[in-house]
Amino acid sequence: MKIHEYQAKEVLRKFGVVTPRGIHCTSVEDAVKAAEELGGKIWVVKAQIHAGGRGKGGGVKVAKSLDEVREYASQILGMQLITHQTGPEGQKVRNLLIEEGADIQHEYYVAALTDRATQKVAMMASSEGGMDIEEVAHSTPEKIIKVFVDPLVGLTDEQANELAKGIGMPAGSMAQAVDTLKKLYSCYMETDASLAEINPLIHQGDGTVKALDAKFNFDSNALFRHPEIVAYRDLDEEDPDELEASKFDLAYISLDGNIGCLVNGAGLAMATMDTIKLFGAEPANFLDVGGGATTEKVTEAFKIMLKNPKVKGILVNIFGGIMRCDTIAEGVVTAAREVHLSVPLVVRMKGTNEDLGKKILAESGLPIIAADTMAEAATKIVEAVK
Amino acid sequence: MSILINKDTKVITQGITGKTGQFHTEKCIEYANGKNCFVAGVNPKKAGEKIFDVPIYASVKEAAAETGATVSVIYVPPAGAAAAIWEACEADLDLAICITEGIPVRDMLVVRNKMKQKVAAGGKETLLLGPNCPGLITPEEIKIGIMPGHIHKKGRIGVVSRSGTLTYEAVAQLTEIGLGQSSAVGIGGDPINGLKHIDVMRMFNDDPDTDAVIMIGEIGGPDEAEAAEWCRDNMKKPIVGFIAGVTAPAGKRMGHAGALISGGADTADAKLAIMEECGFKVTRDPSEMGKLLKAML
Repeated sequence: MKIHEYQAKEVLRKFGVVTPRGIHCTSVEDAVKAAEELGGKIWVVKAQIHAGGRGKGGGVKVAKSLDEVREYASQILGMQLITHQTGPEGQKVRNLLIEEGADIQHEYYVAALTDRATQKVAMMASSEGGMDIEEVAHSTPEKIIKVFVDPLVGLTDEQANELAKGIGMPAGSMAQAVDTLKKLYSCYMETDASLAEINPLIHQGDGTVKALDAKFNFDSNALFRHPEIVAYRDLDEEDPDELEASKFDLAYISLDGNIGCLVNGAGLAMATMDTIKLFGAEPANFLDVGGGATTEKVTEAFKIMLKNPKVKGILVNIFGGIMRCDTIAEGVVTAAREVHLSVPLVVRMKGTNEDLGKKILAESGLPIIAADTMAEAATKIVEAVK
Repeated sequence: MSILINKDTKVITQGITGKTGQFHTEKCIEYANGKNCFVAGVNPKKAGEKIFDVPIYASVKEAAAETGATVSVIYVPPAGAAAAIWEACEADLDLAICITEGIPVRDMLVVRNKMKQKVAAGGKETLLLGPNCPGLITPEEIKIGIMPGHIHKKGRIGVVSRSGTLTYEAVAQLTEIGLGQSSAVGIGGDPINGLKHIDVMRMFNDDPDTDAVIMIGEIGGPDEAEAAEWCRDNMKKPIVGFIAGVTAPAGKRMGHAGALISGGADTADAKLAIMEECGFKVTRDPSEMGKLLKAML
C-alpha cells in the first residue's frame, strides 16, 4: 500500500526524523492560510499524488510570496499531473502540501528495503540525491552504497557511520545523519514497510539534516496490525477496477491488450497471458480467481473484465485441483448468462472432473469454445477476436 | 527414491484443527501411504483429542517425541505462521513445510534469520519449504500439501516451481505422456522463503531416481538466475525451463507477493536468457514443457 508524501513525513516525524514544517490542504484558500501560518518568505507548493517525478511534471513549485502560493496552488490543484509513473492520462491532484523553504546545501538519497537474496534489510545511500535512483543505479552504480542489516541485531552504529561517511556527509552533520539513518531503519521495521525512501535527504547551512521528500510502501500482508497505516489509504489514488476486484478477493491488474483472461493461480495466470502474446495477441488483464473459484467470484470476475471496453474476447483457463471442473463450469455458465456475454469465450479446463465440466459447458447452449491445452485455447481466442 | 520425503516419512500437522488444515489433512491421509504418514496434529487447546484418528498434542516438541515424526506441515493462519515455523525448528525437525499464504514479510525475515543463527551456533538445521506454497509430493507414496494427488504418477522426472497451479500443469502434461514424477516441489511465491530453486535442483541432481527436471520460475528476484548458474557448473541431468510473466508490467505485483519486477535483471526475458545460456532447454510456450522434456530423454 502506498501513501502520500505528507503522510510519509508524518510517519517519519513519529520516529523522530526531522522534516520541514508543512501543512496538508485541499483548497487554494487553505493553501494560502497554511503559508501564512508557516510564516517565512519562501514556501514550496507540492502536489500530492501516489507517483514519483512530480517536480518534472510541474507539480512542485517554489513560491516567494503569498500571491505566488495562491497562483501555484490554483494551478496545481485539480490538474492532471503526468509523470513517468502515472501513465499518459496522468493523475488528478486533489491534495497539496505547503511547506516552509529549506536551505539546501547538498541532496542525498537514503532508503530501506528488503533484500531477497540475503534475507536481510538493505539500507542504501547515495551522494546523488534528488534524482531518480534507478538512473543513478544504471549510470553510476559506484555512487550507491549498501549495507545489509540483520533484523535480529538492527542497524549498528558502524553501519550507519559507513553509510553517512560513504555519501560524504560533512562532519558537522554526521551525528544527526547517523541518527536519521537509525530512525529510518526503526521506522521501516516497526511499520512493516516494504520500502522507506528519503529522497532527497539534505544538510542545511547550519548543519541540520532534514528529509525533504519521502516515499513509503507497506507490506499488504501486515496491514492487519497497522490500523494507523490503513487510515492513510487514499482510494482516489487507486485503480477503481483493481479496487473493486479486491473486494471479492480477486487479484486483478488491467493491461493494454484486448483479450481478458480469468485463471486460477498467479503463476498459471501469468503463463496464460504469456501464451496469448506468444500466439499473436495481447492480454487485457491479469486476473487470479484464487483457489476457491466460486460462482460468485467468477461472475464478479467477468463483470470486472467486461467493464474494460477494449476486451474483445475472454479466455478462461482453470486447473481444477481441489476445486472440481464441474463446479467451475457451472460458475462460468451462470456468470456468462448473468452478464449477457457478447464477446467470444474460450474455456480450457484441466484436472478433476474435467469431462463433466466440458459436458456442462457444451450443453449450456452458450457459444463457448472449448480447448484442451493453453496453446490451443490461445490460438482459438486470438482467431475469434480477429 | 525421491527427494525430501517418501512413504516412511512421519508428519506432524500444525493447524490441523482449522478449516484449511482439516480439509487438506483428510485428503493427504487418503493419498497412498498417508494413513501411516500423518501421525500427529498440534493444537495446545485440544491436546489429548483426536481428529481423523490422528492424535493432537500440545506442542510440536511433544508430538515429535511421542511419534518420532521428523517433518511438519503448517496451515496456521498468517499472523501466527512464522511462530509455527519457529516452533518446528525448536523441535529440531528435519523439514517444515509452510502452506500459509499472506505471512508478513517482516515475520519471515525475523524467523529466517533466527533459523540461520541457530545453525551458526551449532544447532540442528531445519529445512523450510515455502511459505505460500502447495507443498510437495512423492507420487504414489506420500503427499504433503494442497496439490491434487490424482494427477501425479510415480516416475523419474523432478518438478520444481514457485507457482502451485503451474506445477500441476507441468505434472499433468508429464503424466499424460506417460512420464511419472520422482518428486514435485512447490517452493512458494513469497519474496522471503526457505528452499530455493538451487537447493531443490541440488537434491534432484543427487537423487539416483531422478533422470530429468522441469524448473519453473516467474518474474521477480534473483533465485532462478542463481540456480541456472549453479546448474551450468554442476547439473548432470537435462532440464526444461519456463519463466512466467513475459507480459507482466514492471512495478506491479502479479498476485504472488514475490512476483514483482524490481530491477532489470529479474524480468522473465532476462531469466530465460540466463537459463538458456546455462544449458537449459527453455520454452516460451508452457503447453510444451512435458513434450520438450520427453524429447530430451
